[in-house]
This record gives sequence, C-alpha cells and structure tokens, in this order.
Amino acid sequence: MKQEFKASINRALNDANLTGALGKFSEAYKVNRTKAYEGIDFEELRGRIAEAKSAAACHLDEVAETFRKNAEALGAKVFRTRDPEEVKQYILKVARENGVKNVVKSKSMATEEIHLNQALLQDGISVAETDLGEWIIQLAGQTPSHMVMPAIHMTKEEVADIFSKEVNERLDTDIPRLVKVARNELRPKFLEADMGISGGNIAVAETGSIVLVTNEGNARLVTTLPRIHVALIGVEKLVEKFETVVPILDALPRSATAQLLTSYVSIITGPTRNDDGSEKELHIILMDNQRTEMAKDPKFKQALQCIRCGSCLNVCPIFRLVGGHVFGKVYTGGIGTILTAWFDELKKSEEIQGLCIQCGNCTQVCPGKLDIPEMIMEIRRRLVLEKGQPLVQKAIFSVVNNRKLFHGMLRAASVAGKPFTSGKFIRHLPLFLSELTDGRSLPAIAEKPFRDLYAGIEQPKGKEKAVFYAGCLIDFAYPETGVALVKLLNKAGIEVIFPEEQTCCGAPALYSGAYEVAAQNAADNITALLEQDAQYVVSACPTCTVALAHDFAKTLEAVGRTEWLDKARQLAEKTVDLATLVKRLVDQGRLSFQEGADLGKITYHDSCHLKRTLKVSEQPRELLQQAGYQVEEMFECDMCCGMGGSYSMKLPEISAPILKRKLKNIKDTGAPLVAMDCPGCVLQISGGFDQDGAPVRVKHTAELLAERLKD
Amino acid sequence: MYEQFKARAVGVGAEVHRVGTCSDAVEFILSFLKQEGIAETPGSYAVWAKGSFLEAVDRGALAGVPGLGFEVTRERAAQAKVGISDMSFAVADTGSLVQDQAAPDQRLASALTGIHIALVPSGNIVADKTALFTRINPKSSRYIAFITGPSRTADIERVLTIGVHGPERLIILFVDELGGEQR
Ligand code: SF4
Ligand code: SF4
Repeated sequence: MKQEFKASINRALNDANLTGALGKFSEAYKVNRTKAYEGIDFEELRGRIAEAKSAAACHLDEVAETFRKNAEALGAKVFRTRDPEEVKQYILKVARENGVKNVVKSKSMATEEIHLNQALLQDGISVAETDLGEWIIQLAGQTPSHMVMPAIHMTKEEVADIFSKEVNERLDTDIPRLVKVARNELRPKFLEADMGISGGNIAVAETGSIVLVTNEGNARLVTTLPRIHVALIGVEKLVEKFETVVPILDALPRSATAQLLTSYVSIITGPTRNDDGSEKELHIILMDNQRTEMAKDPKFKQALQCIRCGSCLNVCPIFRLVGGHVFGKVYTGGIGTILTAWFDELKKSEEIQGLCIQCGNCTQVCPGKLDIPEMIMEIRRRLVLEKGQPLVQKAIFSVVNNRKLFHGMLRAASVAGKPFTSGKFIRHLPLFLSELTDGRSLPAIAEKPFRDLYAGIEQPKGKEKAVFYAGCLIDFAYPETGVALVKLLNKAGIEVIFPEEQTCCGAPALYSGAYEVAAQNAADNITALLEQDAQYVVSACPTCTVALAHDFAKTLEAVGRTEWLDKARQLAEKTVDLATLVKRLVDQGRLSFQEGADLGKITYHDSCHLKRTLKVSEQPRELLQQAGYQVEEMFECDMCCGMGGSYSMKLPEISAPILKRKLKNIKDTGAPLVAMDCPGCVLQISGGFDQDGAPVRVKHTAELLAERLKD
Repeated sequence: MYEQFKARAVGVGAEVHRVGTCSDAVEFILSFLKQEGIAETPGSYAVWAKGSFLEAVDRGALAGVPGLGFEVTRERAAQAKVGISDMSFAVADTGSLVQDQAAPDQRLASALTGIHIALVPSGNIVADKTALFTRINPKSSRYIAFITGPSRTADIERVLTIGVHGPERLIILFVDELGGEQR
C-alpha cells in the first residue's frame, strides 16, 4: 500500500471530530432507520425495487430510447451520450446559445462525477451549488464525503468560518443562524439565474417523467425560477413503469435519512411555463459513462440497482471510522469503490478496495439488493488478473498451496515457541504471524495441533459419522475448540472423522483476489473431505463453513475448473456449522445439559459470516441459555470485531479502533464472559482483552457447551 | 384517516387545522394574516395563487386586504411572508400534500414564501402513495408536487434545522365544504 494512502487513513483516524461525529451518526441512524421502516416488509419492498431496476438494466438502450421518445413528445430535449466530455460540451453549448451567465444547481452526483462545475467556471459562467451541504463544500473548495450528506465531515465551527468569509461578517456557530445565512445568500442567486441544473432520482420511461427528491426545497426553485432547466441523469436511474416510483419513494427517504418521505418530491413530465408565460426549455441528459458496460457484466449488473441512498455508508464499520475522503473524490464507501472502478478505471480502486472488511453489514440494508462485498471481491480478482499478485503475497500463497510445507512451517513456529519473525514473507502469513500487535496480542501456536491430539481421542464407533473440517486456526491455535467439538458430537453418538489431508480453506487467498490459489485449496479440500463416507461435514469456524458451503463452487467456477463443480456442490450440501448441528441434536433430545445450573451472565458476539452469510444467530444464544447462562446482549452485538482475516494485518490502524469499540461494548454489559462461534473473532477479541487487561474471559461457544454436558 | 394524517403531518412539523365551510376558511386566513402583520411593504406581503378554492368562494371578503395579492409574480412572492395555495390531496401514511403545480404561481406561492398555507378538500385524504397513484397522472399533470412538512436540512452536523430554501412553516387547512374528488 502506498505511503500516501496510509497517510490519508491516518489523518482521518486522527481527526477526532470526524470519527466522533460519524460514529454517533451511524449509531443514531440504525435506530432511526428501524423506526422509519416500522410496519414495512423491507425484504418484499427491496425485492420489488431490485426487480424493476434490474429489468430496466437488462435493456438499458431500449428503455432510454422509450424515455427519449416520450419526453421529446412533450417538448423536452433529450440528449443521450456515453461520453462525459459530450455532456459538458452539450451544457456549455446550451449556455452559450442562451447567453447564460449564472447557473444554480441542486444536488447531483452525476455532475460531480464529470466535474461539471469546473467546465462551467472555465467558460466564465458562475455556478452556485444550492444544496446546503454542497454549497458548504463548494465554498470550502472540497469534495463530497457522502453521497447524501456531502458535508458530514465538517463541524459547525468550520462552517461558520467559511460562511464568515463569504459574507464578510464574523458569524458564530449557531446552526439555525448559519442556515439563515445560506438562505439569504442563495436567494438572489436563484432569482438571477438563467439556468438551473438538477440531477434526477428516478427517470420513468413510459411517461418521460423525472423525479426529484429533496428536503431543502432548492430543487423546486432550481426547476422553477431559471428559464432553462437541465437535468443530468445517469441511465441507472431509468425505470420502465410509472408505478415503480412508489416503491422507490417508499425506500429512498427511509434508507437515506430515516424519513417517511422527504419534504419535497417533484415529478416533472415535460416542460412547464415560466412565470413570465414563456415555455421553459427543458433539457434532459441521459448519461451512460460505462453504465452500459456494467450492465453487460454479469458480476456488476446489479450495481445499476443502486438508488443512491447512502445507507451502505451509514452502516459500514470502516466508513464510520475514516469517513469519505479516504475513498476518493466523488463516490465514497463500498459502493463508491465499485463506481470508481468503473466510471474512472479499475486501477483507481486498487488501494481503496482493500478498505472493505467484508463484514456484510451493507448487504442487510441496501434497498437495491446490491451485494457490495461480493463485487469488491470481484474487483480484487480482476486486479490480481490484471497486475498479478504482489510478490510477497505470491510467495506466501505458494506455501499455503503446499499443505505439507505450510503445516510444517506452522509446527516449526510452535517449536520455536514464538511467532515467526525470520524470513520476510513469513511475517505476512495470513492471520498469525505478524509484528503488528498494536492493541492486540497474537496467540501462540499450540504445542500440539488438533491433528496430533485427534489420534489420542477415544471415540465410540458408530453408524453416524461427521467429518470435521478444522481450519488453520482451530487446528494450530485453538485445538481445544476441536476437542470440545468431538466431545459434543460423541455425546450424541456421532463419530468424528478428521481427514489429515485437509488444508487451508483458501479464504485468505480468496479475500486477496488470488482466486487460482483459493481454487487449488478448494480442490484439495474437496478431495480430502469427500473421501470419507459421512453424513455431515462440520466446522466450528464460520469463515471456513462459508468457504465449504458457498465459496468453493464459486471460486472453481470463476477460474474455469468446472469439472469440480459437482463435487463442490456435494460438499456444500453436507456442510453444516457446529452451532446449527448442536442445536438440532439438542432439539432432537440427543444431547442435553446439566440441569438447574445458574452460570451467571454471558454476552454473545455475532461473527459476520455466521450471522450474515450463514444466517445463524439464535441457535448459539438458545444453546447457551439451555446450558444455564443468562445472555445479556451487548450494544451492536453483530458489528464486526475488526479481524476480517488478514485485514487486521493489512490495515491494523483501522482494525484496532474497531476492536476497541467491541471491547467497550462487551465490558459495558458487565458480563465476565463473552462467547462467539468463530476462532478468528476469538483471536481478535481475546488478544484485545489480553492487552486491555479487563478480566473478561473469551470463549468459543463449543467449549462452554461441552463443559456443561450431562454425564 | 384524518387523524392519521394529522399525526404524521404534525410529526414532521406541519400545523394542521380543519374548518367546515369556505367562509370559515376565509375567516381563518384573514385573522392569520392580521396576526402575522401582513402589509403593503416588501417582506410583509401575502400572495394567494389561483385555484379551485378561490373559484369557490365569494372574493368580496378578500378584496382590499392590505398586502394581500392574487397576482403571484416572482418579485411579489420573494417578498411575501405568507403564500396561500390549494393542495389537491393529502396522503395519510406520510402526512404529505400533493398537487399538480404545473402553473408556476402555485410553486412560487409555496416555495419562495416564509409561511405556506395549504387549502385541502377534507374529502381528498388518501391512505398511501399506492392509492394516490390511482388519482394522479403524469400524462396530464406536468409538475406533480409532494410537500411534507416545512423545508428542512441536516447538513450542518446533522442537526435538524427548519426553513432552508422553502417555507419554515407549513399550515394545512382542511375545508370540509370543498368536498373531495375534484382536483
Ligand atoms: S461489507 Fe462491510 S466493510 Fe465492506 S462495504 Fe459493506 S459494510 Fe463496509
Ligand atoms: S448500494 Fe444500496 S445502500 Fe448503497 S447507496 Fe446504493 S442503494 Fe443505497
């Protein structure tokens, strides 16, 4: 990672105003959003939106043409172009032909995307942004940090300074007063302007309508007072039917600002009269700028379902720490990474794609049903294809792809009794070998890995068998979790088989975009795990479970090794996470816990992959309760702990404050014990408490349950 | 539905009233204008946009009110404290008002002024947007405007602040006598 990028991260992290304000905002947002959606079936709603937008994206050209015909029949002038340069030329031409001197704009990300203001200014035309946030950053000479709240990174003190300069008067930080200043300053600009430029939140093909959604009322003035109205709209805003406006209006304000509806919505269908009786000139520009290419790409077509609500930023643990500017100048956050990769170029996303920790929070709230982490993974894959893997990474993964060498090294690390520090590439090995222990200790490699302990466990022989997939962390750092798993399953009469040939699940390689490496790991594991005849393949690591149950097939397909797909699916069908399996066994009466125990308070941390990919969250809680614990929920129990596999190695400066928050939320419950179902989270959180010093025990649920089995 | 509408609209900062007859409405407005000190001085005007309400009432009572004008120009509206206009529909589940504002004076009166008084037929409250969409048609209405509460922003430190570019007060006056169904 380049120095410059790391420096921008550090600047953002050290900006207490920024991280404080964003943190508070994201906490409040979650509550308010939930309230705004009360009584609404969000899954059904976003299903309708995604379907309608996806349908439009399937034949973008046709839909755009229908829009053009219908809007032109009403008297609007519609200009379609792929090229941002042509957009600017078109607007400048209209301006010149009409002697335009002053432009007022309402908020439009499309104009930011093509840097329209610069072009107008260069042509001697004065431009005023009229959305308050946009005006603030225009005066400050900055770029938006959030697509809905462009000035969210600024304090009222900064705003007061900027406004004071503008009005030549010392203003204090009274916010209503500052807002009044903006009203008074911008009012004459509205009245004088000869051209109004807006964006468009929706464009309806069958009626030729554009829909504008605002709170301040500036879009109403921009589309009413100047004699010319230019609307610049990205083609992803097109929908076929007028009826689709309803679900989008149901979701957009709720998701964007937790409002039931914004103060103003305007549906403009063709030109109207100006107040002097003349007909308004209405120009609608449908801009492509790579969107058609995106629509043709099966992995990225879904990006056109985005309604630009910004909620993915509001729930992102990374965005709320570093804010928007680290991501770039136009679109920010996870969605911004994707749009930058396409609208700008893939290379531009090289650094920022690494900011996504793959927690999946955004996928839960996105009204367009975008899978942002999946698209970011695809960007990683393509970057590796285009540029090759970094040398160091390549060296590491060549080790990971050689099971004997890899495991041999892990054993050697244990013998040495401390994490590897010799040899350059070893230090960067995924997960456990690193000098980066800021705010977190790393686990010592176990003296005896699970694979050695396994041989010594006496098991009842039975008809029912489960293959255990341990994964690197349980095998080499937390073998006791594996031992607990065997105890639990044995108790229910299930024999546990541990195939020696199993190896790394490939997640570290996959999440780094090294698909070939991950595919080889997948193939090796499929062979090892299917060799044995067993009812289940069980894992106590959600990341591994996701690899077995979801990623293997996708990865093998992505690299073209389709001959493996059948077997990958067979494996996926058998795969189950431990919590789900144990819960099933308890429900069937095959496992039970000692009765009458009161084990006191415990709190539970939801691991990202378990909760959001595998959709398991109630089972472990119920099991812990059945075992005698009293579960005390922590604040943001399902927020990422900052581990993210090798993320905590690559971006320790971001991982550390996320962990700190998690530790605080755990401590605030007053519970002396925290349970979780992921060895990666155990590593991160127990390492955190080791340095923090608080007397909180950190345990994998499996161990807590195994202790309480009935004899 | 009136009660639901009222709760929602008040929730977003609108003021909601209801009268029986058109002459009650006129009385309400005249006393409001007086209370707000409407006068023939810039900044203190009131503008009233043409629409079905004005067609329905005897305008005699409205003649000669100082500061009140029915020609809604941009100059006049920009210097008006109060703007009065019809709104055709009220949407109960979001507390929104909706009207075809293709005529620019409707927009000037409801966008440039400090206080917007909206006259709404009590019979035209609909449950939600889906119900509304059976009553509005972009083919015949070129500028369909939704208004939900006063103008607002949260762009400075996410603090909700009322009255940015549009009115800082929205006063909704339901008039039973206007019935419903008409636009
Ligand atoms: S997956 Fe998590 S880290 Fe990545 S963009 Fe979404 S919320 Fe942010
Ligand atoms: S990706 Fe989804 S959540 Fe993010 S802005 Fe687009 S629609 Fe909203």
